[in-house]
Amino acid sequence: MTSAPPSPAQPHVFEYAPAPESRSIVTIAPSYGLFIDGEFVDGTGEPFATINPATEEVLSEVSAGSAADVDRAVRAARRAFEKTWGPMRPADRGKYLFRIARLLQERAREFAVLESLDNGKPIRESRDVDVPLAAAHFFYYAGWADKLEHVGLGSQPRPLGVAGQVIPWNFPLMMLAWKVAPALAAGNTVVLKPAETTPLTALLFAEICRQADLPAGVVNIVTGAGDTGRAVVEHADVDKVAFTGSTDVGRSIARAVAGTQKKLTLELGGKAANIVFDDAPIDQAVEGIVQGIFFNQGHVCCAGSRLLVQESIHDEVVAALQRRIGTLRVGDPLDKNTDIGAINSAEQLARIRELSDIGEAEGAQRWQPAGELPGRGFWFPPTVFTDVSPAHRIARDEVFGPVLSVLTFRTPDEAVAKANNSTYGLSAGIWSEKGSRILKIANQLRAGVVWANTFNKFDPTSPFGGYKQSGYGREGGRHGLAAYLKGADQ
Amino acid sequence: MPLSAQGRMSGMTHVLDPDALSDDARALSVPLPPYRDVTRSDSAFRAFLHGLPGVDQVGAEARVAQLGTRSIKTTSKAWAIDTAISMVDLTTLEGADTPGKVRSLAAKAKSPDPTDPTCPRVAAVCVYGDLAGVAREALGDSGVHVAAVATAFPSGRASRAVKLADVRDAVQNGADEIDMVIDRGAFLSGRYLEVYEEIVAVKEACGDAHLKVILETGELVTLDNVRRASWIAMLAGGDFIKTSTGKVSPAATLPVGLVMLEAVRDFRAATGRQIGFKPAGGIRTTKDAIKHLVLINETVGPDWLHADWFRFGASSLLNDLLLQRQKLRTGHYSGPDHVTVD
Repeated sequence: MTSAPPSPAQPHVFEYAPAPESRSIVTIAPSYGLFIDGEFVDGTGEPFATINPATEEVLSEVSAGSAADVDRAVRAARRAFEKTWGPMRPADRGKYLFRIARLLQERAREFAVLESLDNGKPIRESRDVDVPLAAAHFFYYAGWADKLEHVGLGSQPRPLGVAGQVIPWNFPLMMLAWKVAPALAAGNTVVLKPAETTPLTALLFAEICRQADLPAGVVNIVTGAGDTGRAVVEHADVDKVAFTGSTDVGRSIARAVAGTQKKLTLELGGKAANIVFDDAPIDQAVEGIVQGIFFNQGHVCCAGSRLLVQESIHDEVVAALQRRIGTLRVGDPLDKNTDIGAINSAEQLARIRELSDIGEAEGAQRWQPAGELPGRGFWFPPTVFTDVSPAHRIARDEVFGPVLSVLTFRTPDEAVAKANNSTYGLSAGIWSEKGSRILKIANQLRAGVVWANTFNKFDPTSPFGGYKQSGYGREGGRHGLAAYLKGADQ
Repeated sequence: MPLSAQGRMSGMTHVLDPDALSDDARALSVPLPPYRDVTRSDSAFRAFLHGLPGVDQVGAEARVAQLGTRSIKTTSKAWAIDTAISMVDLTTLEGADTPGKVRSLAAKAKSPDPTDPTCPRVAAVCVYGDLAGVAREALGDSGVHVAAVATAFPSGRASRAVKLADVRDAVQNGADEIDMVIDRGAFLSGRYLEVYEEIVAVKEACGDAHLKVILETGELVTLDNVRRASWIAMLAGGDFIKTSTGKVSPAATLPVGLVMLEAVRDFRAATGRQIGFKPAGGIRTTKDAIKHLVLINETVGPDWLHADWFRFGASSLLNDLLLQRQKLRTGHYSGPDHVTVD
């Protein structure tokens, strides 16, 4: 925002005093073990530190699961599947899931603060989006637990057995819920590997499982880095692998499970087109563009990272977008007024910087709002690239950061062609006041989720998943159950 | 004689638009450039108004809900409360209004918290036209403006001659601000040019008095209508656009405020002329008031965070602001007996 010079007619700028959420609500232990068979146990791998990306302060030390630890976890999960969870009455499984959902709500502030500390995302988002959606997923799938014969997969669908699940760092608790809730509702047991940089909310979730008296071995949480994840995926007694993360890792997982009995779902990268037609509600489209790319620092696989704007309104939209970005508040993730928090890791920050520099070198125009970033921690300002051509790497590669590439189109056909011109196909957005146009374009887009006049809206009832290199299988809704039931085609 | 409105209008520098035209008090019988020709015919005006970008109701509601989560604490809360008090148009618009009631309101306007001389005075007292003289006399040279509602407020259902006489009478009685209502019947039947011409005529009748144009958004219903009506009022020369009479529910909602603020923002960017905004009706608590200040701050910026450009049309709001102000000062809540009855 432009700041006003002092003048009698002009008041000083309305500054918001710091409004930090108290971190005293959550207790972080100095070290954490693995959660196997209902107990916290030490891992046999080399322990690692998890840090607060906003300050680089070490939050805790976490056990790394070795192949032997993973084997213990899988055996515990198998036992639970055969002895307790598998034979249990479906309605009783539902009761446990409802109990977990309620506990997540009761301890929502704790989870929100912990998520913001470990991940760097603003408390406004962890409080208003991540944690409520995680609870909503458990509530939703709890309701399905005793109604599986109505999912549409035949009269007696059967669980698969032990599910090995590997989740990313961008929505640690929410991704856990997307994976664990449908797996348990369908009668499976799970071994979950949280991301290396964000293990803490999964470990707090382990506490919730104990609080809910969930039978031992139904949920096992094995922290660690890539090797631990590989051990989970490659374990011979795992019946189902579910992965959310990068396309490269997803590809290697697909290779690893090829030729095995394992069922696989992959939710990978994206480079979503957010298409703004000249008859769009411009002010709301600008909000949607901001929400599409700057939500969660752009660490969103379905982020609207390619803005396709009709050439006739390009200048108007870019000017409005820049004005709006000027009001975004970047800083302390625990401040309730923060819009953009910290980048999750030094590694991710380096990748965002590298791709942004390549964007500039390839001839695109970089724009960033004025303003200082905090001195410590990992930060990247909201960034807009104009004059981007479809050949530029910033128009093709997933940046996974707060970086928007602006391209233009002239006709609806050109918009569709450019939107689909990507190796990914996870999501897309359409902005227009003309309903018939929205319906037509949505049918032409090869993307798993198409939002109309909104962006980055999630709901447990709605299936989510990709085309092409964005992966396969669906999470959410009835479709999400199919991925965890036997004999069910997705 | 009314106080000159020019004192606060002239010398305004446009910090966001250095090239902007300066304000002048001329009656705008034709709209400012680049919109000179849009009122040339009914169909041209209709095409222009329907060519404004649409408003997505769901998106507008989501935006204000997000802004509603802003947490305004300590020093910024203190500043916001004082700023809000200085923006109040302290209002009484009842059939039972008497000179005594208006004098008591005027006294409160000049000194809202008798126990604390540092408390700012309000912006204006808003009354029916026949009592403007009483308010004028009671307020003296305090700097508090006298606003009068006119044009057959609140329905606006009278002939134009009657409405203009109503305006002239209020100005003559001492009002230096006129709050008019638009002809919603004409608007809803699509006679936009008629609505426009009436505002132009009222503006002329106002003379030096400052004109606030009430859209009565609760009767326009859709946000697209709110945007179109805002543009009609701005093009016709209104100095402020105002949501509501306070006699129709819903009155000043945040999505309506968002759309009207976008309108004044876009109008200044195009013409260089800054228009004020006044939500009225339904704003009763400090929390509501602060949400509006946040909405201004993040939609149009600090240029509008002043009583020259933003007003609250309210009556009970002031006492809640005063109670919250006392709470910040003393650390504890006092009861309704610690603020004056109106």
